[in-house]
Amino acid sequence: MFRRFLRRDERLDEGVRKTRSSFFGRLAALLPRSEITDDLWGELEETLIAADVGVDTTERLLERLRARHAAGEFGTGKELSRGLQEELAGLLRPPDGREPLLPSDLTVVLTVGVNGVGKTTTVAKLGHHWSRSGRRVLLAAGDTFRAAGTEQLAIWADRVGLPCVAAQRGGDPGAIVFDAIAAARARGFDVVVVDTAGRLHTKTNLMEELRKIRRIVDRQGVVGRVILVLDAATGQNAVVQARSFASAIGTDAIVVTKLDGTARGGMVFSVVRELGAPVCFVGTGEKVGDLAEFDSEAFVAALFALEAPDDLPGN
Amino acid sequence: MFDALSDKLQRVFDQLGRKGKLNEQDVDRALREVRLALLEADVNFRVVRSFLDKVRGRAVGVEVLQSLTPTQQVVKIVHEELMALLGEAGRLATAPSPPTAIMLLGLQGSGKTTTAAKLALHLRKQGQRPLLVAADPYRPAAVTQLEMLGRQLDIPVFARPGVAPAALCRDAVAEARSAGQTHVIFDTAGRLHIDEQLMAEVAEIRQRTNPSEILLVADAMTGQDAVKVAEEFQQRVGITGLVLTKLDGDARGGAALSMRDVTGVPIKLIGVGERPDALELFHPDRLTSRILGMGDVLSLIERAQESIDEERAAELQRKLRSARFDLEDFLDQMRQVKRMGPLTQIMQMIPGLSRAMRDTDQSAADQSLKRMEAVILSMTPEERHHPEIIGGSRRRRIARGSGSSVADVNQLLNQFRQALQMMKAMAGGKVPKHMARLFQ
Ligand SMILES: Nc1nc2c(ncn2[C@@H]2O[C@H](COP(=O)(O)OP(=O)(O)OP(=O)(O)O)[C@@H](O)[C@H]2O)c(=O)[nH]1
Ligand SMILES: Nc1nc2c(ncn2[C@@H]2O[C@H](COP(=O)(O)OP(=O)(O)OP(=O)(O)O)[C@@H](O)[C@H]2O)c(=O)[nH]1
Ligand SMILES: [Mg+2]
Ligand SMILES: [Mg+2]
Repeated sequence: MFRRFLRRDERLDEGVRKTRSSFFGRLAALLPRSEITDDLWGELEETLIAADVGVDTTERLLERLRARHAAGEFGTGKELSRGLQEELAGLLRPPDGREPLLPSDLTVVLTVGVNGVGKTTTVAKLGHHWSRSGRRVLLAAGDTFRAAGTEQLAIWADRVGLPCVAAQRGGDPGAIVFDAIAAARARGFDVVVVDTAGRLHTKTNLMEELRKIRRIVDRQGVVGRVILVLDAATGQNAVVQARSFASAIGTDAIVVTKLDGTARGGMVFSVVRELGAPVCFVGTGEKVGDLAEFDSEAFVAALFALEAPDDLPGN
Repeated sequence: MFDALSDKLQRVFDQLGRKGKLNEQDVDRALREVRLALLEADVNFRVVRSFLDKVRGRAVGVEVLQSLTPTQQVVKIVHEELMALLGEAGRLATAPSPPTAIMLLGLQGSGKTTTAAKLALHLRKQGQRPLLVAADPYRPAAVTQLEMLGRQLDIPVFARPGVAPAALCRDAVAEARSAGQTHVIFDTAGRLHIDEQLMAEVAEIRQRTNPSEILLVADAMTGQDAVKVAEEFQQRVGITGLVLTKLDGDARGGAALSMRDVTGVPIKLIGVGERPDALELFHPDRLTSRILGMGDVLSLIERAQESIDEERAAELQRKLRSARFDLEDFLDQMRQVKRMGPLTQIMQMIPGLSRAMRDTDQSAADQSLKRMEAVILSMTPEERHHPEIIGGSRRRRIARGSGSSVADVNQLLNQFRQALQMMKAMAGGKVPKHMARLFQ
């Protein structure tokens, strides 16, 4: 749905291919040739758990597969594999008729998430990406708390050639957003990407600060969007994070970062289900180009390319 | 931090407790619940499997089946095995001759730079003279970040733009030696455990400087992948300890168990906030107590001593030990808690509270705390000192006076009783006995 704003980026494919060849998937190897046995169901469960899909979601998935199997849908492991992939991809497919992430009007994108997940880097990547697809992008350094949080974004802005609104450390992030919106209006920018300080979702005062920022955006009469950034290596806490951020300021889309590591980010199945918000991009590295449009099929395929949990010979 | 896990275990043992004697099926059913809880807490599935095998091996059979208090036995075994898995509290090693080099490494964003500053402050508080070393030439403003933290804490920072990390770290050691610094702390760049080049880089730093401590800094929110990460860092570089960061959140922190299990190295420090003083030594006993829902009275007292006046803390401690802890103290404690820092972090340490707050979000938790305060404030001094006199009509009066319901008053009294019970047990220092009482 966001596709029309984007050019196809090759990087996720590359990343996925790398994963496939470097880690010979246990499941991929196992499923096509195997009968559907109790052991196979056990392996399936284990593989999903190992990818951080979570106990609940895993059980729900397997239940549905079992029902389909009981109805005679799967004769072989291969068919079962395809069934599982369909179910998984289905969970990530956003419902139709959602509003576009970036309408053509002036849009303020707030980038939020817990500490260290990759917000600042993602702001630079998104800004760069949107500016290359023809939008007039302004960055806003809303992290006035962390040491050199502002400097970090300023360096990125400089590297990708985008303007950046910033203030002193300790300054009020709401005021920066306010200034950024005014600057965008005055100078004709149509996208403002706002970096915010990392905050644990359990810190009431910091979540309140986000609400305040959101109110400022809303009062300006511009389109406000919230992107939640999740680290692929995060386990089940991601679900709690997502719920908290969504209930505090709403969440329109999710970015999963650090998918270039070995964590597969399986917790997003629960997150997407919980929020009803789609994953829009993934981060696949530390460079500004290491951003890819989310592709649920590729993502699910990468899950199946998991490294063998018990190091199979021949990997 | 292990809130939900403790709740799960408690519920399991509540069930077992009511049934009296255990049979093999009961143990299996309990362990299935424990398995789910551990998996939900992000303990790696392989670690869970071996943990359960150990517990089961001990639980089924003589010890439990012939025991008079089976619940007590199962709790004890789970407790002991968790303790064993978490291992001893690790202490920081010191080089035979100064400076002692400490290298921090880990994945991107895990908290290395912040931990470097925290560790430097921690060492200086102990009378040491640390030097911070900015060995991350890659991340934008990484050096600036460390320099700002150094300036803020008045701790020197060694930075040489353009010098490769291994050479830079070696130079820093030489500089520290001639300047009479006792410790050098290398803040290395975040790196993926599968990044050949960057893994070789830290291996080279190690080779050139031979650090006394090589600490893997890991995020407490990490999922199943923790095992892989820890294994790789252990194999490729060799680590001497773990630092678990961001434990001030509500992550259940199962990664701690996983990483500890696969590397065999101790957890040395934990990060409990973004500020430079939010670093604590790791206490396996406390963590285990939390896992089992004991609350963390000892940590609370220690923190209290730092942030509120010592006299009151000592009195609180005395009261806890003698179990003369009344609603007045409960109220006082709640108020001090408010001043001590982020609410969740503190609430987890108060027995009874962490459980009570399970399903509420943070603003609701705040509301709830306010309501509890209001309820206590509507009581007479006598009622506060002797809560047992609060019968039905007094409850109705208190509810009216505090603008709450009788259910709220009941709830508060229950919470208080629960806290009191746990505190008595803590003061007695006999965990299993207390657990048995709670679960029967
Ligand atoms: N490998 C990899 N590293 C990433 C990715 N995205 C970000 N990083 C790295 O993760 C670390 C943290 O990134 P930041 O962008 O500073 O994270 P943040 O969420 O802004 O952090 P705080 O503002 O401190 O909460 C940096 O070292 C980034 O280079 C990614 O997709 N892959
Ligand atoms: N709440 C909380 N935040 C922490 C803790 N430790 C670190 N952080 C935050 O986590 C984020 C990342 O910390 P850094 O110290 O920059 O992480 P890093 O490992 O040096 O990151 P890279 O150098 O990019 O790999 C920052 O926002 C820190 O403030 C902690 O114990 N609790
Ligand atoms: Mg940032
Ligand atoms: Mg750093």
